[in-house]
Amino acid sequence: MKLKMIKGINKNTIVSLLSIILGLLAGAVLMLITGSNPIDGYTYLFRGGFMNIERFGNTLATATPLIFTGLSVAFAFKTGLFNIGAAGQMLFGGFCATAVGLSLTWPKPLLLMAMVLSAILGGALWALIPGLLKARFNVHEVVSTIMMNWISYWVVYYAVPAYLKGSFLETESRRLPHSASLRVDWLTNLFNGSYINLGIFLAIAAALIIAFILNRTVLGYELKAVGFNRHAAEYAGINVNKSIILSMMIAGALAGLGGAALYTGNAFNIQIGVLPSQGFDGIAVSLLASNSPIGVLGAAIFFGLLYSGRGFMNAMTKIPPEIADTIIATIIYFAATNVLIEGFVDRIRRKKRGV
Amino acid sequence: MEYVVEMLNIRKEFPGIVANDDITLNLKKGEILALLGENGAGKSTLMGILFGMNQPDSGSIRINGSEVQISNPNAANDLGIGMVHQHFKLVHNFTITENIILGIEPKAWLTIDIKAASKRIRELSELYGLNVDPDAKIEDVSVGMQQRVEILKMLYRNAEILIMDEPTAVLTPQEISELANIMKRLVSEGKSIILITHKLKEIKAVADRCTVIRRGKLIGTVDVATTSQEEMAEMMVGRQVSFKVDKEQQEAGEVVLKLEDISVLNSRKVMGLKNFSLEVRAGEIVGIAGVEGNGQTELVEAITGLRKAEAGRIFLKGKDITELPIRSRIRHGMAHIPEDRHKRGLVLDYTLEENMVLELYDCPPFSKNGLLNKADIRSYAEEIMKHFDVRSGQGAISVARSLSGGNQQKAIVGRELEQNPELLIAVQPTRGLDVGSIEYIHKRLVEQRSKGKAILLVSLELSEIFNLSDRIAIVSNGELVGVVDADKTSENEVGLMMTGIKRGERLEAQNDQRHK
Repeated sequence: MKLKMIKGINKNTIVSLLSIILGLLAGAVLMLITGSNPIDGYTYLFRGGFMNIERFGNTLATATPLIFTGLSVAFAFKTGLFNIGAAGQMLFGGFCATAVGLSLTWPKPLLLMAMVLSAILGGALWALIPGLLKARFNVHEVVSTIMMNWISYWVVYYAVPAYLKGSFLETESRRLPHSASLRVDWLTNLFNGSYINLGIFLAIAAALIIAFILNRTVLGYELKAVGFNRHAAEYAGINVNKSIILSMMIAGALAGLGGAALYTGNAFNIQIGVLPSQGFDGIAVSLLASNSPIGVLGAAIFFGLLYSGRGFMNAMTKIPPEIADTIIATIIYFAATNVLIEGFVDRIRRKKRGV
Repeated sequence: MEYVVEMLNIRKEFPGIVANDDITLNLKKGEILALLGENGAGKSTLMGILFGMNQPDSGSIRINGSEVQISNPNAANDLGIGMVHQHFKLVHNFTITENIILGIEPKAWLTIDIKAASKRIRELSELYGLNVDPDAKIEDVSVGMQQRVEILKMLYRNAEILIMDEPTAVLTPQEISELANIMKRLVSEGKSIILITHKLKEIKAVADRCTVIRRGKLIGTVDVATTSQEEMAEMMVGRQVSFKVDKEQQEAGEVVLKLEDISVLNSRKVMGLKNFSLEVRAGEIVGIAGVEGNGQTELVEAITGLRKAEAGRIFLKGKDITELPIRSRIRHGMAHIPEDRHKRGLVLDYTLEENMVLELYDCPPFSKNGLLNKADIRSYAEEIMKHFDVRSGQGAISVARSLSGGNQQKAIVGRELEQNPELLIAVQPTRGLDVGSIEYIHKRLVEQRSKGKAILLVSLELSEIFNLSDRIAIVSNGELVGVVDADKTSENEVGLMMTGIKRGERLEAQNDQRHK
């Protein structure tokens, strides 16, 4: 019986790995077309991400917000919701964390806790509204979360220049003091000056907690039941509306944490006029991970590698950095057509068994 | 006699199970052949092979005497084989004509020649007495009409051999007799029909011969006219089946469920149930008889808490539960076998063990401090599966979706009865099941009654109501027509009351009928 489960997990992993390989192959073809040597390209791409401890730290730091948004989308998906609003939730969560960081002058541990908490609450609040709309009025969450993205965008657009602006630039907040940054000296030193920060630990913890909630708890049982079949959940006396709202809030809180990691860890301030692309990349991460929280860790780190290595690749060769985006996009296409790849894997397995 | 279809020594294996083992089936031209077997006996697999959806591991198929390979449903179509699926495959916002021509649209230059198509459909409809309006939209027509559209689809594609997969499962009694006439009309026009079913009555009514399979093996082919229903049931199940449930006389006890003048809105926001009062006592089965859609759903949903009662009170063992949420009603001793096992009864993507604690997962021993206790859940599920004879491929960790309908239903019945409820609401507890499973579930319900529990049985099958109930409440148009003792009435009387004629008016009504 156990064997079957392992087999099931393996199948998803195989599909994901195959998607990655196919995506990389497609990238190689593109490099060839642009007249570059793909082996060189990939060597520099991977060296850019892993060459030394500092770059490795940067790769992990780049992956951190992706882990959060990937978890956000994956968690929502497992409970039957499609959260397109990770970008807005993350922006608002990051804005809350920044605002707290800039306003309070508490000792660093206390301040960081307050900032993280405000990011959680901010993200959860931003997802609460679509959750309420879905529960009360059956408004589809895809529509409402997209709208919330833009509300978040304009709130930050207004609030940052009005309350948090620096002395010169209107388009970004003041720089966070060291005491309000997720970066800590020992970690920076350990990774030789990388911008890796405490966010990565939060992200790993979040992935483990989410996996635990989904698989082992009463709460996870209820939320998944509602996601799979809300009529049956209702029949069994599960409060469907409460579950939907709660699922959205947890998804939002995760995205909000991603905002804290991005704006108060990787960066020192928050800009206006940008919806963080990590919000949307979260969908890709979740897809590649086939919605498994632990898979999200791996998928996000892989994406982090591509993003952090492409600059080096571009510096060392003539290959444009957009190739990395193209590879990611191609991988997503392959991951999304997993049915085809699964069929392919099945056929090979059957041939091996000689049927 | 020439055979139009010969399936010879067909064998088909799926991982872990032999679905068809050396099965031979012949269909004569112009006959109706019934294919009889329990749920999961291999009927659908066999017909899937004939329709090109599955490939046999061994054996051969001959159509009109020549051997053929049917590699996909299109190939089957080309050979003149058409299938009417149990679940219709129709586009709801298309017209009937558009649905029928889908995939083989007649072209006139760059446009579709709808007119020609609908003319031909009208002709076919008249020829076979299908009474279909080609310009109506699917969403506006009845289920029975939708089924006739599926039949027309086959006829439009010049099918000579029609496979009908449990065609009556979704029909009302009137529609069933209509369908029987249509089938007879089709064979009289030279078509040949294979009817997949497990309803013996229908076989008796329309089929010429009957091929019986059990657990993937051919049991035999019999002549319907000379074989009794009991004999066919025995062939199908492998043992004697009693259609009558033995239940002892017993005095009903205290009132368990009391409905006082409840009114309930239906989904169209109209009163679907009006001023309904009823009592169900311990140790009795009260049957609700009525034509589908006459307030049964509203009644059941109001009692179980899925729908709000606009007026009136509901009491469970003397306690007013009108305002209580669903979960508390369950905790107060109410269990519910829902009408639609896929919509409400099961989370199909959950494993069987997860489904077995759907109402209990948050109680000890299945969880503690918010954490699930998987070991106890597993052993509890396995116990239910043992007690209620639920068969599945991988035991308790099988995904609910992978079970056959009968086993899914037994699992639900098991889950609800294992909670030892004071009140059981059983809605169509045997819908779509074979006689073996029906007998089994009926026995368990009567057992529950002997234990002194109260049961409210809602069923569209009068025979089921009469078989089980002590008292019968008849609903019509959302109102209670009357309550009668099951042993002091007849199917005729109840049937009349189902049309809304009250008991006192009965004599006049019968006289009226006699005059006609």
